[in-house]
Amino acid sequence: MNRIENAFKKGKAFVGFLTAGDPTFDSSFENIMAAIKAGADMIEIGIPFSDPIAEGVVIQGADLRALQAGMTTDRAFELAAKVRKETDIPLVFMTYLNPVFKYGYDRFFARCKEIGVDGLICPDMPFEEKGEADEIAKKYGISIISMIAPTSEARIKSIAESADGFLYIVSSMGVTGVRSEINTDLAAIMESVKKYKKVPAAIGFGVSTPEQAEKMAALSDGVIVGSAIVRIVEKYGEKAAPEIYNFVKSMTDAVHKI
Amino acid sequence: MSNGRYGDFGGQYVPETLMNEIHKLEEAYEHFSKDPDFIAELDKLNREYANRPSLLYYAEKMTRDLGGAKIYFKREDLNHTGSHKINNVLGQCLLAKKMGKTRIIAETGAGQHGVAAATAAALMDLECEIFMGKEDTIRQALNVYRMELLGAKVHPVTTGTMTLKDAVNEAMRDWSSRVDDTLYVLGSVMGPHPFPMMVRDFQSVISREAREQILELEGKLPTAVMACVGGGSNAMGMFYNFINDKDVRLIGCEAAGRGVHTGETAATIATGSVGVFHGMKSLFCQNEYGQIAPVYSISAGLDYPGIGPEHAYLHSIGRAEYVPVTDDEAVNAFEYIARTEGIICAVESAHAVAHLMKIAPTMKKDDIIICCLSGRGDKDVAAIARYRGIDLHE
Repeated sequence: MNRIENAFKKGKAFVGFLTAGDPTFDSSFENIMAAIKAGADMIEIGIPFSDPIAEGVVIQGADLRALQAGMTTDRAFELAAKVRKETDIPLVFMTYLNPVFKYGYDRFFARCKEIGVDGLICPDMPFEEKGEADEIAKKYGISIISMIAPTSEARIKSIAESADGFLYIVSSMGVTGVRSEINTDLAAIMESVKKYKKVPAAIGFGVSTPEQAEKMAALSDGVIVGSAIVRIVEKYGEKAAPEIYNFVKSMTDAVHKI
Repeated sequence: MSNGRYGDFGGQYVPETLMNEIHKLEEAYEHFSKDPDFIAELDKLNREYANRPSLLYYAEKMTRDLGGAKIYFKREDLNHTGSHKINNVLGQCLLAKKMGKTRIIAETGAGQHGVAAATAAALMDLECEIFMGKEDTIRQALNVYRMELLGAKVHPVTTGTMTLKDAVNEAMRDWSSRVDDTLYVLGSVMGPHPFPMMVRDFQSVISREAREQILELEGKLPTAVMACVGGGSNAMGMFYNFINDKDVRLIGCEAAGRGVHTGETAATIATGSVGVFHGMKSLFCQNEYGQIAPVYSISAGLDYPGIGPEHAYLHSIGRAEYVPVTDDEAVNAFEYIARTEGIICAVESAHAVAHLMKIAPTMKKDDIIICCLSGRGDKDVAAIARYRGIDLHE
């Protein structure tokens, strides 16, 4: 039943990120559904955190809006459950370790399983520190997604070999956010990743145009886009869904044609 | 302690982008901390530049006035740049040079670590950028200008609560975008390993000296040593060489703000719970969902929602005691030590002095307390005046 694996089977995958509760519970549900209708193969649902140290200003803003509107981990589970009723594509949570730790690993992953959330991305839980959560996640069949960065070098082998779900390849140094250019030698990194990986690898961080998406998808198994989508929410507020549909459509068209 | 863990606390919870760099830092520190040349160079800087060893001062008048234990102050306020922060930055900046870095970044709350970092960077020809919460740049405007005089660039941080934790967030974001030429010179015994260990080692000079000094002066160990605790660097420095002296009480004084039951507090041990944040597993002020709580203290230097992992550990095994001290108590102590001993200490240090004033009278005349005066209080004079309703601005 591995939904994450399935998402990469049809070809290159497009992964879209949206923050739960940004700017409201209902609008974030509509935005996620718009992205799915526009052809997204997987959705990352962000559980907002007060101090998102790996995020640029766009997603920081989304976290703040969502928290101010009362989004919580429990509400994010409700949102994911509502989305799950409408779709079979994989859903993964993206948040920081503290909200998961504080919720309780067992309670968190048990709810993921119950609702049908397939994985978890925690930027502040590197390979060496994922052990204590991973053990419990595995018990419930939830994948903890590992990241590989431009600085990973010798670490690529151990990370790639033990990765679960899919590999998140961080395109650039620094934090999330739209970049006009991605200068990292991703071809070289992907070459190294391909030697060891047992699961698909998708590239994220800074991808904002169909041209970039096409380029990244050509190098890997998929593309992850966050800030460029959240920027639309920032601009259109509760009425962002049609704009998100149009944008995600342009991105999925670019990715799926490869 | 192994693998950066103090019991269950500590660790390296940072984005993958930083992991390699943190490992490199670990290796470099492992190497240079044992290198005789590095040790000699740092020792020379401490003696000839930072004014070490710092005095262990017998506060005779306070001892008499409080009528109990004999009181000594470890005078870190007399160090160059006016606080214990210089001990750490000289070590880290020297390490940065040895690692071939050309730029350092640092967070600062009250500005003491920022000033110290800018000072060491000026001395060692390192480019320096400081992240400081916008609230704090207003509370400590003089220190901002001081850092600029020293050649540093100060970035006011406008995210979140615009205080120390947000400055740490921003410094981490900056570092993750630029590791090749940059070392993040963290100011406290917090963050991912090896920072808590490294900062503690550089600060442990405080207790190394104090232990020798008190044995020389009194021929015996103190009954208690105490210090204020935000992240906890001067306290770790004050505690470290006494940890194995089981009879010496270790007392950390947290900033309770308006009181631990008011919600306007920064007392992590008193009000926090276990979490993972800023690269470490430790205790944090947070809500039921793990969102980091806004904290408050009159002292910008203690205004931090967490505590270093080694403190969390010492607390968990009962080796150290931690007590909350309110704004009011700290301000009273600030005024008391000024009038009684002629010392204007930092409002951070005044938290320790306040608790000292509570416990000294309850102790015997042959008891000895060493209290760390972590910094001098010139920077706080205007804020204290305002606290007393006097409209004084820098």
